[in-house]
Amino acid sequence: MNFVALRMLTGDRAKYLGLIFAIAFSTFLLENQTSIFAGIMKRTGSQIADVIDANIWVMDPATRYFEETKALKDTDLLRVRGVTGVDYAVRLFKGQPVARTPKGNFSAAIVMGIDDATLIGAPRKMILGSWERLREPQSIVIDRGGYQLLFPGEPYQLGRTLEMNDHLVKIVGISDAKAPFASFPIIHARYSEAVNFLGRERSQMAFVLARPVAGVTPEELTKRIEAATGLKARTTDQFRWDCINYYLENTGIPVNFGITIAIALIVGLVVSGQTFYLFTVENLKQFGALKAIGVTNWRLVGMILLQAVTVGFIGYAFGTGMGAAFFEFFGRQIATRGIILMWQNAVGVGVLMFLVVIGASLLSIRRVLVLEPATVFR
Amino acid sequence: MNAQPTSQTAAVRCRSVHKHFGQGDNRIHVLRGVDFEANRGQLSFLVGPSGCGKTTLISVIAGLLDTTDGKVELFGENTEDMGAEQRILFRRRNLGFVFQQYNLLPALTAAENAAVPLLAAGVKRQEAVDRATDLLVKLGLESRARELPNKLSGGQQQRVALARALVHEPRLIVCDEPTAALDHATGEAVMELLAGSAVHPERAVIVVTHDNRVFHFADTIAHMDDGRIHRTEHRN
Repeated sequence: MNFVALRMLTGDRAKYLGLIFAIAFSTFLLENQTSIFAGIMKRTGSQIADVIDANIWVMDPATRYFEETKALKDTDLLRVRGVTGVDYAVRLFKGQPVARTPKGNFSAAIVMGIDDATLIGAPRKMILGSWERLREPQSIVIDRGGYQLLFPGEPYQLGRTLEMNDHLVKIVGISDAKAPFASFPIIHARYSEAVNFLGRERSQMAFVLARPVAGVTPEELTKRIEAATGLKARTTDQFRWDCINYYLENTGIPVNFGITIAIALIVGLVVSGQTFYLFTVENLKQFGALKAIGVTNWRLVGMILLQAVTVGFIGYAFGTGMGAAFFEFFGRQIATRGIILMWQNAVGVGVLMFLVVIGASLLSIRRVLVLEPATVFR
Repeated sequence: MNAQPTSQTAAVRCRSVHKHFGQGDNRIHVLRGVDFEANRGQLSFLVGPSGCGKTTLISVIAGLLDTTDGKVELFGENTEDMGAEQRILFRRRNLGFVFQQYNLLPALTAAENAAVPLLAAGVKRQEAVDRATDLLVKLGLESRARELPNKLSGGQQQRVALARALVHEPRLIVCDEPTAALDHATGEAVMELLAGSAVHPERAVIVVTHDNRVFHFADTIAHMDDGRIHRTEHRN
């Protein structure tokens, strides 16, 4: 009887397409909004994730997220190095000066000052040039998003200059650093030079980056550093989640996205539920005839569920296709780079839409179960 | 006058069947002690004015409704003693239906519609459709077997419905006003087919109608009024 169920479904072309349309757009909207939301949240820790040479971040105990730093004392670096299990520890400067081009374009930029000797914390994914050239005097590496913001419409070219706090610096590399939360350029420079890009303060060190020796886990080492120094120490993952949680708790972003996601879910459930219900009600006479002929209730339930799951699957496939096309296009744009359709979102939305179509079919199932087969004679 | 004495060939026996709908002041007494028999190898007509209880009686006979009181036997078995599932299986095996409005599935072809009882019984699709197509050929619908119902005339749709009622070779066929939606000539043709193809020594056919133009096909005519059978004619 499965083919009978499917032919009944596809026979009413308008309702069939209406159901697929409703589920496809609900899927698209849900995947779109949840992925953009997750992408934006991921961006809050982009500069943390970019550092691959160290997996422990040490900071002032009051620090809550990456953007909010309080300078550490220079001696803190030595104290961290003195903790048992630390393989190496280096300093990291983070500042937000204004960068200007010779043509007068300017933008606030995120400057990461990395350890002069080791260059730990330098971006490893380069579009052009080499991070090793940071050893040259007055040199910086800028990310491609920042480059396009400051030099709009111009080809990537090394040797261009920027001015920060009266310091003229030369671009020696263009990196593929992850997009930051705000669309600021990401500039990497040696620590000794980066500190000059802002007005000088007594203390400049924002973070200490560290790595444990073999046999010591990052989690274990963070505990040791906190115990020995009184500073806050987080693994890379912990610190990224700190940033995400900070934005979740202290901004309206989750509420705004949550409302859209809830509306997409409700609209998907109501529209597909109503259409599916109407589809069943209009076919009650046929279901009654099938009951009279001797089709069991279980078989009819199976037919309705097959119809629901079929439109759900096709609608979900179309919606996911639209979502994939959307992110394929926008993922290539500078402003939205790095925001992708995550498989977790696609799977989660798939489960949600499955529940939506099952929910939508329950009313229909009830109508068919209580249907008296004798109604076929009326 | 009620039904004739029980014969050895009786396929359907109803004894003192009562059927109420509703409760209290809203209670409607539709069947008021019906005695009725339909014999194998015969076309048994059930006739009477609208609202006299004909449709309720065939619903009870077909096991689609329970009686309030009385006894219904089909081929010696009391269907009300069966569980719900058992009754559905009994119906699937032993009954065929022809409805006034045909009740064909609009998305299925004529052959697929006619094959539905076989599909419900678990016969594979191709085999079921092939058997249904063979039957449609016998009923003169060879060239229409692959058409959807909306491409068929009323008479052709009713012939498809007849094929659906016959395809699984049931022992009882129940027809509800099979000619009501058809003009006289088409109705006559459908009844000829019904009489020619459905009547079988081991099968009983009950036809509910108030179309007196087709009464001449009947072997027996039970006249019903106000929830009772008050006269039964034996034509042949």
